[in-house]
Amino acid sequence: MRRPASSMLLTAGLFALPLGWALLLLIVPYLLMIAVGFWTRQFPLFVPDFQFGNYLQLFSDPQYTTVILRTLKIAAMVTGCALILGYPLAYFLVFTLRSDRLRNLIYMAVIVPLWVSYLLRAYTWKIILGTDGALNSALIWLGLIDTPLDAFLYNQTAMVITLTYIFVPFMVMPIYAVLENIPKGLIEASEDLGIGPLGTFRHVIAPLSLGGVVAGAMMTFCLSFGDFVAPVLVGGPDGTMVANLLQTQFGAALNWPLGSALATLVLIMVLAILGLTGWAERASARNLR
Amino acid sequence: MSARPIVTLDGVTKSFGSFKALHETSFSIGEGEFVTLLGPSGCGKTTTLRLIGGFELPSSGKIGIAGQDVTTNPPYRRPVNTVFQDYALFPHMTVAENVAYGLTVRGATVARSDIPRQVAEVLEMVGLSQMGGKRPGALSGGQKQRVAMARALIRKPRVLLLDEPLSALDVKLREVMQVELKRLHRELGITFLMVTHDQTEALALSNRIVVMEAGRIRQIGTPNDLYDRPATPYVADFIGATNLIEARYAGREAEFDLITLPGGAQLRRKTAGNGGFHPGSAVLIGIRPEHLRPAAGDNLVQGRVVDTLFHGDSIRLEFLPDGATQPAFAQLARGSSLSADALLPGQPIRFAVAPEDVMLFAKVAA
Repeated sequence: MRRPASSMLLTAGLFALPLGWALLLLIVPYLLMIAVGFWTRQFPLFVPDFQFGNYLQLFSDPQYTTVILRTLKIAAMVTGCALILGYPLAYFLVFTLRSDRLRNLIYMAVIVPLWVSYLLRAYTWKIILGTDGALNSALIWLGLIDTPLDAFLYNQTAMVITLTYIFVPFMVMPIYAVLENIPKGLIEASEDLGIGPLGTFRHVIAPLSLGGVVAGAMMTFCLSFGDFVAPVLVGGPDGTMVANLLQTQFGAALNWPLGSALATLVLIMVLAILGLTGWAERASARNLR
Repeated sequence: MSARPIVTLDGVTKSFGSFKALHETSFSIGEGEFVTLLGPSGCGKTTTLRLIGGFELPSSGKIGIAGQDVTTNPPYRRPVNTVFQDYALFPHMTVAENVAYGLTVRGATVARSDIPRQVAEVLEMVGLSQMGGKRPGALSGGQKQRVAMARALIRKPRVLLLDEPLSALDVKLREVMQVELKRLHRELGITFLMVTHDQTEALALSNRIVVMEAGRIRQIGTPNDLYDRPATPYVADFIGATNLIEARYAGREAEFDLITLPGGAQLRRKTAGNGGFHPGSAVLIGIRPEHLRPAAGDNLVQGRVVDTLFHGDSIRLEFLPDGATQPAFAQLARGSSLSADALLPGQPIRFAVAPEDVMLFAKVAA
C-alpha cells in the first residue's frame, strides 16, 4: 500500500530545506569554482572559457609551487609537533594520572581554548614572541641575552609554534578517546606475558591507538594547510601560505580564474589526504575485529 | 600438603584507600596443586590473585613464588601467568600471534625459529590447531578461553593463575571446560590457582579450597574436609547448602553431643570429643538437605511442610522445623515413600538424621 499523499508531502517538506541548503550553498558554489578555474582573465573581466592555462601557470610559476610546497611542509611540521606534544599528554592523562578530577581538569584545559577566539589566540603569540614580548623579557631577566632579539617572530618557526598551539586539541581529543577505550586488561595481559612497559607500548598500545593518531593527524594537517591568519600575524615575508595566495587572487590581484584553479587544486589535495587517512583508519579498524 | 610450597603469602594485606580488601593473610600452595580461592564477590579472592600476579602491590606482608621474594616485582618479572576473566586477547593479533606473544620477550630462552613449532604444539594441546590464523573477534567464548589458556601455558609458568576462567561461558560449555582444565592440570603438572565464586566448580576441580569472606580466609581444606567438616556456619552454607537451625547445647552422653531443638526435641550428634560447649549455651546445628530422610525412628527433626518444588530427579521440600523461625530444606528422591497428601502445605513431617551427619557450631552474634 502506498503512503497517503499528505505523508509524502510532509517528508518532502521536511527534507526540502536541508537539501536545498546543501545544493545552493555547497554543491553549486563548488561547481562554480571548478568552472571558473577554466575561464580566462581579460582585465578587468573574466571570460567563460575551457582552457588549462591557469593550472599550467600554477605548476610552472615557481611563485606558486614554492608556496604550495611550503604550505605542505608547514602543515606536516605542525602535525608532527602536535603529535609529539599531544600523544604523550593523552597517554599521561589516560594511563598515568590516577585522579579522575585532575584528569578531567587537564583535559578541559586542553579543550577550553577552542572557545576563545582564534584570532585572539594567534595574536597572543605575537605578543609572546615579539621584540618586547614575554620570551625576550624572560631571557633578559635570566641574563641570557642583553638586548631583545627579533629572531623569534616573523618566520616559519613562529608559524609552526602558533599553529601547533592552536590545533593541538584536535590531536589530543581523538588520541585520548582511543587510548581511553583500550581495555586495561590488555596492558596487564602483556605485562603478565613478560613484556615490560616499553614493549607493551610498542606491541599493544601503539597499534591499538593508531586510529586516533590518524584521525588527529588528518584534522591537524588539513586545518593548518588551510590557515591564513598565522602567516599574516607571525609569518613574516617568507611565510605566505596557500590560503593567503587565494585571498590575494580574489582580492588585490583580481584574478578569479587563477584563484579558482588554485582552490580546486587545494580541494583535490585535501580530498586525497582525507581518502588516504580514511583508508588507513579502515585498515586499522579491520585489524581490531 | 606434602609438596614443597611454590607460592607463599606471609601476612599480606591490601587496602584501597580506607577499604581493607584483604586482611592479614598467610597461606601457601604446594607445587603441582590445584587450589581454588572461593567466595562471594568482594571477598578478596580476586585481590589475592592480583597480588600474586603482580597487578597490585600489597600494603604489607611478603609474597614468595618459587623460593623468590617477588613482593614488589612487576608482573613481567614473576614466573606466573594469568588467564584473565575476560580473556584479554589482543584484538589486533591473530590467535597464533596472541599465543606467541609471550615468547617474543627479549632474553627469552626460546629460539625465534622454534616459536612456530611451540605455538602449534600448544594450540594442539587446547584443541585449536586449525584456528591459528583467525582473529580473536571471530572466535566463540569457549575458543577464546582456550586461546587465553594456550597463551599463558606456552610460557611454562611455575603457577597458572585463573581469574574466574569459566564464568563467561554457558552451563554446558562450562562443564566441558572443567574437564579440560582438570586434564591440562594433570598432564602439565603445573600448579593451578583459580578464583571462582562457584562452589561446584571449586569442589569438582580443586585439591584444596581456600574459602574467603570479607577479606579474610575462613577455612582451607580439601573438598571433602570442607564438605564434611566445615569450620563455620558460613563455610557450611557456602560449600553445598546447609540447613542452619538455632538450638541449645544440652550436654554430653557417651560419644554423643546432645542438642535441644527449639521445639523441645533432642538430637544426638556423634563426635570424638566435646567441642568445648557448655550445657545451656546457644549453638547452631547444620544438617545438609540430602541427609534428611523422611522416616520414623529416633534422632528426628520434626516440622510442617511449607512447600514442595519439583526438580526433575528430586523434590525439594521446604518445611518449618517446630519452634524455628527460618524454614529448612530437604532433598527427597523422586520415588520417595511419602504420599502426595503428606506433602501438602501444613502437613506435619519428620526426618531422621544420622548422628554423624549433624554439624555443630558456636552461635556468633550476626
